[in-house]
Amino acid sequence: MVDDNNPIRRRNFLMGAGTAVAASLAAPVAAEAQSAPGAASVAPDVEPLLTLTATEHAFFVAAADTLIPADDLSPSGSQCGVATFIDRQLAGAYGGGARLYRDGPFTKAKPELGYQLPLNPREFFRAGIAAANEWSRKTYGKDFDRLADADREAALKAMEAGKAEFSGFSSRMFFNALLDLSMEGFFADPIYGGNRDMAAWKMVGYPGLPATYREDIKKYFGKKYDKPPRSIADFS
Amino acid sequence: MIKLKETDAVVIGVGWTGSILARELTKAGLNVVGLERGAKRMPGQDFTIPSVRDDLKYAVRQELFQDTQLETVSLRHSPAETALPIRRLGSFLPGTDLGGAGAHWNGMTWRWLPSDHKLRTHITERYGKDAIPAEMTIEDLPVSYDELEPYYDKFEKLCGVSGKAGNLRGKIIDGGNVFEGPRQNEYPNPPLAKSMAGTIMADASKSLGYHPFQAPSSNASEVYTNFEGQTLGACEYCGHCERFGCEANAKASPNVCILPALLADQKFELRTHAQVKELVYDKAARKVTAVRYVDTRSGEEYEQPAGIVILGAYVFNNVLLMLTAGIGEAYDYKTGKGAVGKNYCYQVSGNAVTVFFQDKEINPFMAAGAHGVLIDDFNGDNFDHGGLGFFGGAWIQAGPTNGRPIATRPVPPGTLRWGREWKEATAKWYNHAFSIGASGCNYAHRENFLDLDPTYRDALGRPLIRMSYNFRDNDFKLADYVGGVLGRLAKAMNPTVMSSPSVKKGDYSVVPYQSTHNTGGTMTGTDPKRSVVNRYLQSWDADNLFVMGASVFPQNASYNPTGVVGALAYWSANAITTQYLKSPGPLVHA
Repeated sequence: MVDDNNPIRRRNFLMGAGTAVAASLAAPVAAEAQSAPGAASVAPDVEPLLTLTATEHAFFVAAADTLIPADDLSPSGSQCGVATFIDRQLAGAYGGGARLYRDGPFTKAKPELGYQLPLNPREFFRAGIAAANEWSRKTYGKDFDRLADADREAALKAMEAGKAEFSGFSSRMFFNALLDLSMEGFFADPIYGGNRDMAAWKMVGYPGLPATYREDIKKYFGKKYDKPPRSIADFS
Repeated sequence: MIKLKETDAVVIGVGWTGSILARELTKAGLNVVGLERGAKRMPGQDFTIPSVRDDLKYAVRQELFQDTQLETVSLRHSPAETALPIRRLGSFLPGTDLGGAGAHWNGMTWRWLPSDHKLRTHITERYGKDAIPAEMTIEDLPVSYDELEPYYDKFEKLCGVSGKAGNLRGKIIDGGNVFEGPRQNEYPNPPLAKSMAGTIMADASKSLGYHPFQAPSSNASEVYTNFEGQTLGACEYCGHCERFGCEANAKASPNVCILPALLADQKFELRTHAQVKELVYDKAARKVTAVRYVDTRSGEEYEQPAGIVILGAYVFNNVLLMLTAGIGEAYDYKTGKGAVGKNYCYQVSGNAVTVFFQDKEINPFMAAGAHGVLIDDFNGDNFDHGGLGFFGGAWIQAGPTNGRPIATRPVPPGTLRWGREWKEATAKWYNHAFSIGASGCNYAHRENFLDLDPTYRDALGRPLIRMSYNFRDNDFKLADYVGGVLGRLAKAMNPTVMSSPSVKKGDYSVVPYQSTHNTGGTMTGTDPKRSVVNRYLQSWDADNLFVMGASVFPQNASYNPTGVVGALAYWSANAITTQYLKSPGPLVHA
């Protein structure tokens, strides 16, 4: 989606522009996405960042748009706010290691013992993106977000298979965490910044809230549910 | 350390068992203090629309579960390995806060089969005295089905369980579970509404000669008032059950079914943020004289003396408190001596088959937690195990519990996990698929046990519980056999596409969710050398200590444990109030 001519392809362009610009650009996103899923005119994700650097944000935008490309079913991952979602998650309790046991000693372990690194999610993605871009530069001569679509796909496939060589931890582990977090952003309630305009819910036909189906479970037995989705925000 | 005035009884953990015991003891006239490590959570405040429907917060970020930053357990697959801490919950999800896991369970409410109650005797009688391998350390539950029946009945009435009897006083009834033990009464509520997936499952099961029935469910199908005067609402089929609280008050929980009555009773005092650190054990007097707890808001430590101590924490903390106090003999897997920590069991699952139907609308988001259609034809010893090389079986179920798309969005086998193809498949199949799953028995093994980790500690400075656990030969054979049944059922449904039943292999993994049905470690039995508590759940080594919950199971049946846990709590409470209070001392003489 993002080519080298796009002026907003690196966050540092916006850093000087301030959040007023961001807000004015962000507003039409939802409106346009509503009328035409995947329309090329949908503006990129330009919410202000809480924790990500411009480089990290560019990585997540590129990754989200490769994992969830724009098509007739929905706008792209970043257009749906996936990178914004990730920024907010990594800036918050989850990113800081909430519910993660972090006492040492730390040792290498078989995968059945689960996550065993000393890093919290914020630190993990910081290190992982650095490693991914280093590998990308070595393999393709530039950072991941500057690759053409086909190379991005190939790069993510190499990470998924664990074939991209990372220092610190395996690229497969990084890819799986990246995929999980991106899918959370795509499918979670829009109150977290992703799934803008409930695009992902519309794509699959998930109605969201209020989810009170005592009568509907009989009425719609064997029939497609035809009511539009609603978010937590619609009831708040 | 602040020493408090003695109370008649103290309850450690205010979930299902703590609430039941506290209620029964206060009714008997005792003053009871309830110590709950977590916060006070009540449905009217904490579980309300819209925020109760937050998939990310509750299902993914695990809002209601034990905080592993503070407390976890470690795992090794064999005693030869070094255990590492489970740093993030996955495979199982212990609860915390008022109501415990009873606030966020799914509501499957079972009784064990009569043969599950006397497992070792039953297998020996049917298959011969040499049939059970030496390393399979299974035992009988020293309470028979008939003895426990009135207490199963009572717990079902507390919860307003929805279902249909399959064996009413010996009369076999089609449409119920025809394999269950005889029940004296029909379920308190009729079964839940039918789902499309459940209907497909029922038809396929019948076509193969099996006996389908709807899950016994603590998701109330109708408005119901229980014997505590508490009213449950009717289930809304919201698809936010497991991992969530219930805003409709339709899912039975301690918070809905019993705590409003208990909290209104002057004889009960709830202390939240009160994490029990240790039991004060007087070995010579054979008593636990007090419990020490930490106020987790201030760090201040308190000592609460009590006449009776009810240990009603989750499996791991029950075992931890017994081991750190030195009550009973710790299990030694090399010699087989000792019983504290012995026979830790889990469940055998994870070989589900997913079926896809091009022309059927499944609406997976209209669902309840215990809403499936099941067969028990291949459970326990309901089928002949002669020549099979394993014992036990599984319940087999179809019917979604939810359609929350962060986790529930099946695609046909071979589909890529991302990109255009994944999007197309996800959009195409989301509303047209469901899984057939199984939950299998897990029979005790000599080298599966709990003890104290030598390295890792919790936030209070105590050793973590170290789990030595792996799946064994019996589990793999069981899973393969059940996988074959899943495949036959799936084919009989005539789906457009289906996945293959996966062969179970490899080590137990803590990553994917399997079940929060951890059992054992303080097993009940008839021999003080081979068990931790007697048949009334009274410690063999401390007369005033009663241990509740699935930690008393000698091994795990295939069933979700809450029905058995609730029944045993009422059974034990009855023994305390009718026998122990009159004559404090051992209720069973070894």
